[in-house]
Amino acid sequence: MQALQLEAILADINRIILGKERPIRLALSCLLARGHLLIEDLPGVGKTTLAHVLARVLGLEFQRIQFTSDMLPADIIGVSIFDRDSASFHFHPGPVFTQVVLADEINRATPKAQSALLEAMEERQVTAEGKTRPLPEPFFVIATQNPTHQIGTFPLPESQLDRFLLRIELGYPDPAAERALLAGTDRRQMVAELAPRIDPIQLIALQRSAATIHAAPALIDYIQALTAYTRAAPRWHAGLSPRAGLSLLAVARAWALLAGRDHVLPEDVQAVLPGVISHRLRPVDDAARTDADTMAAQLIEAVPLP
Amino acid sequence: MARINRPVSRRQSWWLLATALAAFLPLTPQIPLCLALAAGTCFALRAALTWKQWRLPPRWLLVLLVAAGTSAVFFEYRSLVGRTPGVALLVVFLALKLLELRAARDAISTVLLCYFLVLAQFMFTQTIPTALLACGTIIITTATLLAASDDRPTPIIQLRRTLLMLAQALPFMLLLFLLFPRVQGPLWGLPQDRTSAVSGLSDTMSPGSIAQLSQSDAVAFRVQFKGEVPAQSQLYWRGPVMPAFDGRSWRVTQTLGAYPVPPYVPRGSSVDYEVTLEPHGKFWLFALEMPGTLPPDSAMTSDYQPIARQAVRTRLRYTQQASPDTLAGINESAANLRAALELPKEGNPQIRAIAAEWRQRHGTDATAILAAAEDLFVRQLLIYTLNPPLLGRDVVDEFLFDTRRGFCEHFSAAFVFALRAAGVPARVVAGYQGGEINPVDGYLVVRQYDAHAWTEVWIAERGWVRIDPTAISAPRRINNNVAAAVPAGEPLPFLARSDLAWLKELRNRMDAVTNGWNQWVLGYNPQRQKDLLQSLGLDAPDWRSMTAILTALCGAVLLGLTAWVLHQRVRVDPALAAWQRFTRKLAKRGITWQAWEGPQDFARRASHAAPQHARAIHEIADLYAQLRYNPNTDRASLSQLNTKITAFRP
Repeated sequence: MQALQLEAILADINRIILGKERPIRLALSCLLARGHLLIEDLPGVGKTTLAHVLARVLGLEFQRIQFTSDMLPADIIGVSIFDRDSASFHFHPGPVFTQVVLADEINRATPKAQSALLEAMEERQVTAEGKTRPLPEPFFVIATQNPTHQIGTFPLPESQLDRFLLRIELGYPDPAAERALLAGTDRRQMVAELAPRIDPIQLIALQRSAATIHAAPALIDYIQALTAYTRAAPRWHAGLSPRAGLSLLAVARAWALLAGRDHVLPEDVQAVLPGVISHRLRPVDDAARTDADTMAAQLIEAVPLP
Repeated sequence: MARINRPVSRRQSWWLLATALAAFLPLTPQIPLCLALAAGTCFALRAALTWKQWRLPPRWLLVLLVAAGTSAVFFEYRSLVGRTPGVALLVVFLALKLLELRAARDAISTVLLCYFLVLAQFMFTQTIPTALLACGTIIITTATLLAASDDRPTPIIQLRRTLLMLAQALPFMLLLFLLFPRVQGPLWGLPQDRTSAVSGLSDTMSPGSIAQLSQSDAVAFRVQFKGEVPAQSQLYWRGPVMPAFDGRSWRVTQTLGAYPVPPYVPRGSSVDYEVTLEPHGKFWLFALEMPGTLPPDSAMTSDYQPIARQAVRTRLRYTQQASPDTLAGINESAANLRAALELPKEGNPQIRAIAAEWRQRHGTDATAILAAAEDLFVRQLLIYTLNPPLLGRDVVDEFLFDTRRGFCEHFSAAFVFALRAAGVPARVVAGYQGGEINPVDGYLVVRQYDAHAWTEVWIAERGWVRIDPTAISAPRRINNNVAAAVPAGEPLPFLARSDLAWLKELRNRMDAVTNGWNQWVLGYNPQRQKDLLQSLGLDAPDWRSMTAILTALCGAVLLGLTAWVLHQRVRVDPALAAWQRFTRKLAKRGITWQAWEGPQDFARRASHAAPQHARAIHEIADLYAQLRYNPNTDRASLSQLNTKITAFRP
């Protein structure tokens, strides 16, 4: 039954965002693995639409935060305002109190504002004026980032990038998809008409299923061999952290669930590898900087299956 | 539902039936035919029940059958205790237990019963074939025990697992065998409750009785000499001494009134040796003449015949010393000498006349009479043969003067008769002469066809002197063996023949194996154990230190095995091995598997390159992926994978 639900969800999303099956599948995997997603791409390729569609089809509340350089943490997590009638401070929750948050252009904001969001992502709760408030369940952040070479950006440090389970690129659509997009109806309209396929309770059940997908000892060995290789290879500044290994396994599990399997195959690991490593590994030689897929392919071909 | 109450599946029933058959069939010769047939009927009924899936017979019927079977055993043996009735009773119970296989509890008790019946085989025979048969039964029984807990794997996998488990148990078995504190006495030395027919010398000797033995190549005993092996012509293995003669047969008279030590003083050089005596059902212990010491629990009769306190019904091992130059019986009692002169009142007039003549000529000069008798035997040109003609009333006369053909019993009987008639005390000694060194293990093997009879003559100042009248006419019997002495063409057991060298070589090897089994497995007693431990540098260990050694060694073996198993597990996953076999096959077709490539990715690529095999490739890849990466996969898929890969021909 869950397989049918997932197929229907993927079909709905693919109907609106054309020619992007793989990034969409990755985004959904990231959500199923209870992680947060970082999309790095140029404006206008459909990042917002993707976030919107995901929230809509999964029956989740949606908020968008546009990050700017003058943004303060209170703009994200909320603020307490003195209420004259009750003669007390009253907390006004910020836009982060929702189920799907689209954090647009996160690298435009100062590190102070960035860290407010990143802490909420990690802890799944917000502490303001000495009081801890839990965020809703499920909680899913899709952050977008402009390519770092653009002017006026504050690049996220590695430690904070590590908190994103997955980093994907959407890229321009292929000609056929683009023609279909131009010829079709308004995407905003389509999103508004979209009916939720599942409710948050069912989504949590799906997330639980993803966590119980079997990973055989041979597969665990493979993931361990991959992380060990990145630590020993001189090609990168620092190897993958244990958290990266856990992330890899979690996303691979969700990917296997999407494929309708109850166990993880090496193919699942390899499919999600670019998204897991591209924001975590930094080449020593800047000139050798390549796109995520090439970097993942280099790693895959260097590590034999155990 | 508790595991022990799970119903017995169809497959488990088949396993149990196979085990019961394997445990029952080797025992069929030991139980009466009617019981064997009844048990066979029960097995057939069990097979039908399983095959047709009929209902089990009601409980009251089984109770009646148990009562009937028990009373049948009782009426057959007039007892329910003892070896054979006990085993027969257990066979009945096993057969009937199969008819009430309801739950796992019944299956397990059946398996345990089968284990016990395997043990019961050893109460009847302990040969190497029995042991091998028992190993086979144990493998089937253990596989059934495995199947009783999990009947899903195929029989082949079940057996393979069993073999693995038994192989792992083997070091412990050896350790326990070698180090477990031993009890005195043979392990399987159960009292025989039926007189079993064993061949060997009897306590009487009449013409033809030893010739009969010469047709048997069964082993009488084996000897290991501590030093040099004496000359073949000196190997006289003393057995029953027969002084009494009734005109036709010679008899043993003396079995009681034994000496605790030899009643003479050993003289001259001595020979040390160890005898492993096969059971022969009589009391006597064979010893090289003249025995200088006696084995434990034995004594010597007044005619110097070592006898055991109990009849030799199990294989017996004893060490002895012989002193060939001993003078025995110098002060022989008058009663014994009188007995050694007794002859029937009448019969054999010819030899009596000749003896009377000797007596007249030589008076009481025993040496001269002896020489005259030997001279007579030489002059008569007697022929040594396995097929002597039948003799009438006067056996001695007819042999010496008429047929002149005989076997050792004729020679010795006639010789003793002649001397007694001339007034010289003499007696017949039966036993074995010679034997053959097995070049494989260096043991001297004495077989039934080495049975022999010779004589002892009493001469004043010299005591009893051994004279072998056969040697006068057929010296080759003594210096070589029976085959060399008898005329060509006489039927002989093939081991006694000197042709067929390769067959003999083969038999020698087999005999060495049997002997090793007897010496080291069946005859592994506290003494052997002590010797072994001492050779390992442990002096006189008591049972406490033995237990400590045992525990330590078992622990070490367990650790070693665990390490090995863990190592193996990390190293080769059988599914991975199968996959590598598959990729090697494809590599020959130029489709190379990259070590980093996942099975399904590879299957896609390979079936693109070889579209005609796409289906097989995908099936194999799917199975492998399941086996390797899905922990819940049934291991039976492994054989499926292997079969598919074997059948795959790119």
